[in-house]
Amino acid sequence: MNAMQRKIEEARGKGKVGLIPFLPAGFPDRERFWKELEELDAAGASVIEIGMPFSDPVADGPVVEKASLRCLADGVNLAWILTELRKRKGQFNAALLLMGYLNPVYQYGLDRFAEDCEAAGVSGLIIADMPHEESRFVRDAVEPHGIALVPLIGLNTSKERMKLYADGAQGFCYFVSVLGTTGQRDALSARIKEKLAEAREVFDIPIALGFGIKHPDQLTQFDGLLDAAVFGSALISHIESGRSSDSFMEPWK
Amino acid sequence: MRKGYFGDFGGQFIPELLMPPLIELEEAMETILPSEAFQTRFAAMLKENVGRPSAITYCPNLSKDLGLDLWLKREDLNHSGAHKINNTLGQGLLAKMMGKKVLLAETGAGMHGVATTVAAAMLDMKAVIYMGATDVIRQAPNVNRMRLMGAEIIAVESGTKTLKDAINEALRRWLADQETTHYCFGTAAGPHPFPTLVREFQQIISKEAREQFMARNQGKLPDVVVACVGGGSNAIGMFHNFVPDESVKLVGVEAAGTGEPGCYSSAPIDHGTEGVLHGMKTKLLQTPEGQIEPSHSVAPGLDYPGVGPEHAYLDAIGRADYTTINDAQAINAFKVLSRREGIIPALESSHAVAYAIENKDKLQGKSVLVCLSGRGDKDLGILDEIM
Repeated sequence: MNAMQRKIEEARGKGKVGLIPFLPAGFPDRERFWKELEELDAAGASVIEIGMPFSDPVADGPVVEKASLRCLADGVNLAWILTELRKRKGQFNAALLLMGYLNPVYQYGLDRFAEDCEAAGVSGLIIADMPHEESRFVRDAVEPHGIALVPLIGLNTSKERMKLYADGAQGFCYFVSVLGTTGQRDALSARIKEKLAEAREVFDIPIALGFGIKHPDQLTQFDGLLDAAVFGSALISHIESGRSSDSFMEPWK
Repeated sequence: MRKGYFGDFGGQFIPELLMPPLIELEEAMETILPSEAFQTRFAAMLKENVGRPSAITYCPNLSKDLGLDLWLKREDLNHSGAHKINNTLGQGLLAKMMGKKVLLAETGAGMHGVATTVAAAMLDMKAVIYMGATDVIRQAPNVNRMRLMGAEIIAVESGTKTLKDAINEALRRWLADQETTHYCFGTAAGPHPFPTLVREFQQIISKEAREQFMARNQGKLPDVVVACVGGGSNAIGMFHNFVPDESVKLVGVEAAGTGEPGCYSSAPIDHGTEGVLHGMKTKLLQTPEGQIEPSHSVAPGLDYPGVGPEHAYLDAIGRADYTTINDAQAINAFKVLSRREGIIPALESSHAVAYAIENKDKLQGKSVLVCLSGRGDKDLGILDEIM
């Protein structure tokens, strides 16, 4: 079983929703980033999602885009992320997931990327601009190294397409709560429940809800339909306002 | 060839949430596009509204000056001033017949934005146009035209504030509004099926030009066919029906920017490497780490760090040659064509005209057919600044 699935199921075993915080690598700066990760880990994150900054992040909203561009300007790149993670291998209780866009990974070299991820203790990968049709070559490269390619589905994903993603999927399924980019929303769509129930029938791995999540109260309406929650923009804004990751995680504990 | 690919280039590298509207569009291409209802109305619109067929024009003065036979395919004579209208009326009609209410578009020089706004007005749809904040300033006449015809214009402040950022923002808007909105992509690039769909609407340029040239030249084909390449829609339209004619040399002209060593260019085929951006695998201007580099050209419509995948393919198989022209050479061609033939070309098209001027020694005695993709009224402000 992939480490991400194991961690989410551990949380569920304690009657909790698995927590998946997202931060772009190198945010708010290259040194403090690692301290934030330690805090998130200590506060009970099941999986920590680390963004691989890209110059043209079309699936991201303004908060994540701005943070990512700042990290790029600070000189963050894949080599730095993977080297620093490797130094800290085994130090995190949470499973580690890298999220980004295909081009930087493609330029790094897929095989080298998969090997370096394994050496760094990474167990999951999200490529935001890669639908099922284009995913085979990435999946073939990373899975032999114990890295799950996490499927992203959403409100407009048909059951037939969900089945394509579910076939052999590992880790967890990332359900995108909005038709749009990342970012906080005050209200979540009423259609989420119905589509989550559909996803439940199709996937036999945990399901995480992401995009627009800022507080645990938003999730009570989905009891029984999801296993984990992903939050990024709200956490970034929280840190930008000078507060700690730990205090963000408080209501989720 | 794999579906949606031109050799190794193309594909659908976009978030899953955009797959349903792309699949819907592909189905519409297969069912609505070939229908008599679509074809009849589209042909009528091209004739009555665009003014097709556009002329080909022999340039007697410049031909004499350069020692070659220079012909122009006059897309600048189209309604709204450029080839862009062929594509926007096609996509607009398709979207209307798909039941969409809004045409969403990105624009660099503003010509695609104007053409999309014209299509929306004609088809009683709403136009929403994303434009880099820098381009909003340098292409003010087109912004005014769009506003007059009822478009909502959104100035994009992120990134380099030019075409690539306008595409990013338009893709984000499409993600959110896909049920009511068609993304009227402006060039033969982006995720499948856009490169094929846009080529389908633009290939009329070479269909007409080929027939017209042969009718005027005792059945002979031109020696060289030239077009400027940004995303590459006028060029793929100009090349398409000449591709099987092996005697015809196809030349795509990319923008070299200022041309100084280390400057930003808009020449991904000549100066770029293979990568993935805006839904396609193609040649890109990028760092070794895969971050997209800013691009530059004096011609806003060429100012894009990527290129349509079919051009990357034609280059890879050696069927078309791609070369560069810098800002100063393009501006020279802009002036020369204006003075010698009374035709003010768009700065984009000036790059293609400049190819004939700069290579006149190699082209002595040859017939050179250049796609004049648009007219240059919109660029007079840029020229005022430079001159």
